[in-house]
Amino acid sequence: MRVQAADRPVDTTAAAAAEAVPIIEIARLDKTFVTVRNDRIRALDDISLRVREREFVTVVGPSGCGKTTLLKILAGLVPPSAGAVRVAGSPVAAPRRDIGIVFQNPVLLPWRTVLDNVLLPAEVQDIPLGLAQARAGELLKMVGLAEFADKYPMELSGGMQQRAAISRALVSDPKLLLMDEPFGALDAMTREQMNLELQRIWRESGKTVLLITHSIPEAVFLGDRVVVMTPRPGRIARIIDVPIPRPRPIDAMGDPLFARLTGDIRRLLYGQGDAGAPGLAGGLS
Amino acid sequence: MTVHESVPDVLAGSGAERPGAFTLLMRTRPELVLAPVLLAVIIALWEWGVPFFEVPNYVLPTPSAIVTALWRGLDAGLMDRGGYWLHTGVTVAEVLLGFFIGSGVGLVLGTIISQFRVLDATLRIYLIAIQSLPKVALAPIVVLWFGFGLTSKVVIICLLTFFPLLVNSMAGFKAVDPERLELMRALGANPWQIFWKVRLPSALPYIFAGLDMAAVFAVVGAIVGEFVGAQRGLGTLILSMNAQMDIAGTFSVFIILSLVGVVLHQTLRRIERRLLFWSGEEMRMMGS
Repeated sequence: MRVQAADRPVDTTAAAAAEAVPIIEIARLDKTFVTVRNDRIRALDDISLRVREREFVTVVGPSGCGKTTLLKILAGLVPPSAGAVRVAGSPVAAPRRDIGIVFQNPVLLPWRTVLDNVLLPAEVQDIPLGLAQARAGELLKMVGLAEFADKYPMELSGGMQQRAAISRALVSDPKLLLMDEPFGALDAMTREQMNLELQRIWRESGKTVLLITHSIPEAVFLGDRVVVMTPRPGRIARIIDVPIPRPRPIDAMGDPLFARLTGDIRRLLYGQGDAGAPGLAGGLS
Repeated sequence: MTVHESVPDVLAGSGAERPGAFTLLMRTRPELVLAPVLLAVIIALWEWGVPFFEVPNYVLPTPSAIVTALWRGLDAGLMDRGGYWLHTGVTVAEVLLGFFIGSGVGLVLGTIISQFRVLDATLRIYLIAIQSLPKVALAPIVVLWFGFGLTSKVVIICLLTFFPLLVNSMAGFKAVDPERLELMRALGANPWQIFWKVRLPSALPYIFAGLDMAAVFAVVGAIVGEFVGAQRGLGTLILSMNAQMDIAGTFSVFIILSLVGVVLHQTLRRIERRLLFWSGEEMRMMGS
């Protein structure tokens, strides 16, 4: 049932870049963790995925389906056990400057101002300060934090902190933005607002985004394609196109198509294997 | 003002206008008034109670006698062996030297040990065991080894201030938020950058807690060292005054010692407040 990337352009943005080189190429990826007691835990099993430039791909699945492991492998933080992972044509062996990452928590350093937090990657990666400062200023304006540049993280709300973290991830001008449940710690209303905001940031910045979530509505609302994963071992159950036109207003969540797609995903996750296996539903919202 | 108009007549009467400055102060920060009042009451009771109950002067002198003794000591020349200036200078020099050397070495060693997991795990149990030993008990031996001069006191203070910094910095580096470390790794930072940009600032609250402790220990160490054997310093002054039954003098030296301790502590607090404005505990201290 796997829908191949080239089969059908999902929307105008993706169609424009359809013929370009894939920015992410994952081929037959396996990851097995060996515990201290020598038990082997299979986290990812035979994952293959291609993501085009400027595409927004979401990965949804219950806790323990290996989606965070997948993201860490893409970020170069965890080595794969087998298979190939290439970003922008070259294999990922270590953390790379052309990959930005946003974690579930903003992880801002409390002793630095918002601006200095955004400049952190530039300092670490020896990007010329003048250039980085100009870019940081633009990014803060884009996420609506221009007036908060000199504030400290503790003076910001949770949503604002996460927007600062997004600016930080973009300051080294990466091609690919990896997001690991970035809005999981926010309340439901802030979360929907941040979804709209992220859609706008993605369109304005022209980046490719791979976002991991365990919220099915969030995955469908944001994704050009939704990768549905099932756990133990983590497998791709299906990749679903979301042909809802962009920019999607918040009302898109009331669209019959939206309801059908979220319903499909829900059935896929809850009804997998023996019907009513409760283990699969763990952590779904 | 509309609120006031809707208040029942009883309250809206004569007394319910704007509260005066004093009332406002009593409502918001009563301790600013009550603390000095309490002190005045205690001193007055003390001054009056000593002659009333016929307490002999060598048991408890009156506050006025202590102030007189303090004035006599401060009125002396800078190098006068009977005055307070010379002895205070010697004790402060011991405290500062011992505090900086002892806590400095403790901090550096604690930092180095905690960067290597094997070293940390191997040494931790011994260091914690040594930390709980009463190191002042070594003062007589240290005086025997290093003589009656400045050195023996500095060594005793080093012994006392070394361990709080060692143990606290180890705890601080161990408590660094793993998410911050993962962020730095994802950015491709090298160990040196991770240390300066994340590990050290994250450990600072623990390090300052250690410095606070060390500052108290430093004054204790100086006095104990001077009790055991010294020619100068506030500790020797206390001993000689005690021998002459000059209790008022002893109390006045105690005031000087308290001042030394308070100044040291306040200086640390000030630096801490500037460096650690971001830490939760500091925010609470500032009352915001």
